[in-house]
Amino acid sequence: MTGWRYTAAAVGVLALGLTACATTTGTGSKPGAAAAAKPVEKVEAKPLPKGLDGAASTGFPSTYAPLPSRPTAFVGATILTATGQQIDNGVVVVSGGKITAIGGPGTAVPADTAVVDAKGKWITPGIIDAHSHLGVYPSPGVSARSDGNEATDPNTAQVWSEHSVWPQDPGFNRARAGGVTTLQILPGSANLFGGRSVTLKNVPSLTMQGMKFPGAPYGLKMACGENPKRVYGGKGRSPSTAMGNVAGFRKAWIDAADYTRKWDDYRAKVQKGEKADAPKRDLQLDTLSGVLKGEILVQNHCYRADEEAVMIDIAREFGYKITMFHHAIESYKIGALLAKEDICSATWASWTGFKMESLDGIDANAALLWKAGACVVIHSDDPIMTQRLNQEAAIAMTAGNRLGYGISRAEAIKWITANPAKAMGIGDKTGSIEPGKAADLVLWSRDPFSVYAQAEQVYVDGALTYDRHDPKYQPKSDFELGQTGQGAFN
Amino acid sequence: MIRSFLLAGVACAALAAPAMAQTIAITNARIEPVSGPAIPSGTIVLKDGKIAALGAGIAPPAGATVIDAKGGVVTPGLIAPSSNLTASEISGVRETRDDGTGSALSAAFDIAYSVNPASAMIGLARDGGITASAVTPVLSGAGGGAHEHADDGVVEDMTAGAAGAGDPPLFGGQAAFVRLQAGDTDLVEGSRLAVTVSLGESGARAAGGSRGASIVLIKSALEDARAFARNRAAFEQGATREFGLSRLDLTALVPVVQGKTPLLVRVHRASDIRLALKLAADEKIRIILEGAEEGWVVAPEIAKAGVPVILDSQADLPESFETIGSRLDNAARLHAAGVTVAINGSRDFNNLRQERLNAGLAVANGLPYAAGLASVTLAPAKIWGQADRIGSLEVGKTADVVLWTGDPLETTSWADKVFIGGVEQPRDSRQTQLRDRYAAPDNGLPPAYR
Repeated sequence: MTGWRYTAAAVGVLALGLTACATTTGTGSKPGAAAAAKPVEKVEAKPLPKGLDGAASTGFPSTYAPLPSRPTAFVGATILTATGQQIDNGVVVVSGGKITAIGGPGTAVPADTAVVDAKGKWITPGIIDAHSHLGVYPSPGVSARSDGNEATDPNTAQVWSEHSVWPQDPGFNRARAGGVTTLQILPGSANLFGGRSVTLKNVPSLTMQGMKFPGAPYGLKMACGENPKRVYGGKGRSPSTAMGNVAGFRKAWIDAADYTRKWDDYRAKVQKGEKADAPKRDLQLDTLSGVLKGEILVQNHCYRADEEAVMIDIAREFGYKITMFHHAIESYKIGALLAKEDICSATWASWTGFKMESLDGIDANAALLWKAGACVVIHSDDPIMTQRLNQEAAIAMTAGNRLGYGISRAEAIKWITANPAKAMGIGDKTGSIEPGKAADLVLWSRDPFSVYAQAEQVYVDGALTYDRHDPKYQPKSDFELGQTGQGAFN
Repeated sequence: MIRSFLLAGVACAALAAPAMAQTIAITNARIEPVSGPAIPSGTIVLKDGKIAALGAGIAPPAGATVIDAKGGVVTPGLIAPSSNLTASEISGVRETRDDGTGSALSAAFDIAYSVNPASAMIGLARDGGITASAVTPVLSGAGGGAHEHADDGVVEDMTAGAAGAGDPPLFGGQAAFVRLQAGDTDLVEGSRLAVTVSLGESGARAAGGSRGASIVLIKSALEDARAFARNRAAFEQGATREFGLSRLDLTALVPVVQGKTPLLVRVHRASDIRLALKLAADEKIRIILEGAEEGWVVAPEIAKAGVPVILDSQADLPESFETIGSRLDNAARLHAAGVTVAINGSRDFNNLRQERLNAGLAVANGLPYAAGLASVTLAPAKIWGQADRIGSLEVGKTADVVLWTGDPLETTSWADKVFIGGVEQPRDSRQTQLRDRYAAPDNGLPPAYR
């Protein structure tokens, strides 16, 4: 799954196990067919009309290109690698947008490499927010730009959050100044199936495609609990109860399994040169089928531990995997199960009790999960908190250390870098400081777990995208021109 | 201050009953009195519920319980400058919300009657070093706080009276002040301390849809309150002209027009802040500003008017058209201009304990450290008229004191001991009990047995 490329996305969704070309060139030429006693009617291998074959869809490909960069060595910083290491007085070398070397003070710096004196500073991987609505619920929060919830049906798996992203959302600039280099933009949680998420590089861009993270898989936003049943129960529709939620999930997966089977049958027949009618392409079922094929990652909003356990059983019934529970405020109650199932939990550190299903939220949620060996992610769901995920991780780490767990910074940094990268299917590309990974880096004024820490420079693919001390690298949204403050916020 | 110790022991057998106020000496502490310079290493003595002594060369009195702070930091108890603590339990459960009202009452709504001393959120706040809070009403339909897209569901206003009740009233109601001592059945230190009102978008909504209407209606209400105060007898006999507000609402506004009680004005845009300042000058009333995201634009004017500001230092987004100029150094710029600044935690998500980190954030963005500490202690105490008793560490003041493991504004510190009225408070809360239940080793039985 990790080698999956965006441009091949639509192909992968429907044609796993078949080669992409099988549908267009592999038909009608089986030698065995002609030799049969009763010859099979010869079928012409005609591709489906444009748009009817999800496997052949061009989609909305990434046009992202890194900003200009030059080979650079950061020398003398304390480095949190997000592989479990803290390197004091370390060196990171970056070239061609990638990390080329990482190590202690003796690390060789190649010739023609710019040297940044980072003494007294800290370096971490770029922060990754696995739960963001930037662009889809942008600032200003007016109804004309409230594009995060297609709250018209409990199943809107057919919508893609990328089609709601407004790239001029000033929140992207604020998040970058907080060190955020990668974001998963999700649809809201009004529906059982909210639609596809999209993963963005946090660079200023005129278009959504210009931010789209090359090669990142899609996610499917699902929501259990109070929101869907409140929204639809309030309209006199199903679901209006928790059991209605589960029935809605299962019905959709039955439809998706049936749709997947029909397309598989169709492609198998075409491959054998038999006559076959293509099923009608369905955007909603395309996405659900992509989950069943293991190519779209399930990002499941689910607060309560008992509901998480039910969601795990649904996933077993239909043979898909839940990648991460979001707002997983009660995950600490079932840490061992989540560790065994290899399901990440994304949580805030300190929000609690704002609705019934969040009543049991505790600061130590992340720490207890960490202790149980489960995957921990600290997320924001908030354009303010996303700017300080480092502090939110610090609160979560401190809650554990208050219990004597001795959680190091080298460990806790993973909660906002390597772990969300893994849960977004991009862990082989970014999220840690290792040779070969993208040079997505933050240079902090001091220990990033301090309330006083500030991101001084933020690099995406080796390119400087934000500099606290250089106005030339403080991009402003079109929206903020000519307005009070001109987009300056610090 | 110590009126309720006996009562507490009786009323709260189920909780850890607080001990009587013993004499306590905290030694080897960095002491931040807030009212004066820090004492790098010293002792503070709490006796009979008050601060008896503090300084570098103080010896613990005979018989005192000595607590070695081992370099920890002692501060006044933190004060939440404007919250719904004790008046709202779970923001998404309407039945637990008593921090706003419907259209039946306006200025007369009295949040002191909403205070629930058994709120499970008190222990959580106290565990974060908060020992007192101003409890302020919100307008129904105007939202409880900044972050409306919480958990990305469809947002529904849960304040009382919101559902189908039409426009919110012009005034939110009257504020109270609570201290958070465990086991006390009456936490209210003061009530009717301010009347809340909103300008800008919320105010416009309450006034029928436009800014132009809200100031007119507010001025009219104040004029009515003056006329009402001048001749109540005529009002009772039905011999006055018709007033726009009810007798109850007018009564609540009388101390405002008399300059005894401030209006707490929730306002965001610079131009609306100017309107608030002009309203105060024209009507000769006292005001407190809350929100004031564009306060930095008009900082000298706010300072000149001597008006204090309660703000959220995290606000740096143009989340609405009235907060376009929001910036992280708002607190620093207001302070530099001479404005008294108090910093709020999050009114939503039961996250009042965020306020000390918000003060730290303001410090990171230019607010002097001493002003950062004051913004969550002495400044809110002054704003709410409590500074004669709490908000700083001074001999004779009430012993609301917190011992921190380190810098109180830092993420990696926590409140090690909390004293209210000189009594050490229980450190547990519903959240710590949940934590301890699930942190405990598996004993072969369901967690319910732990």
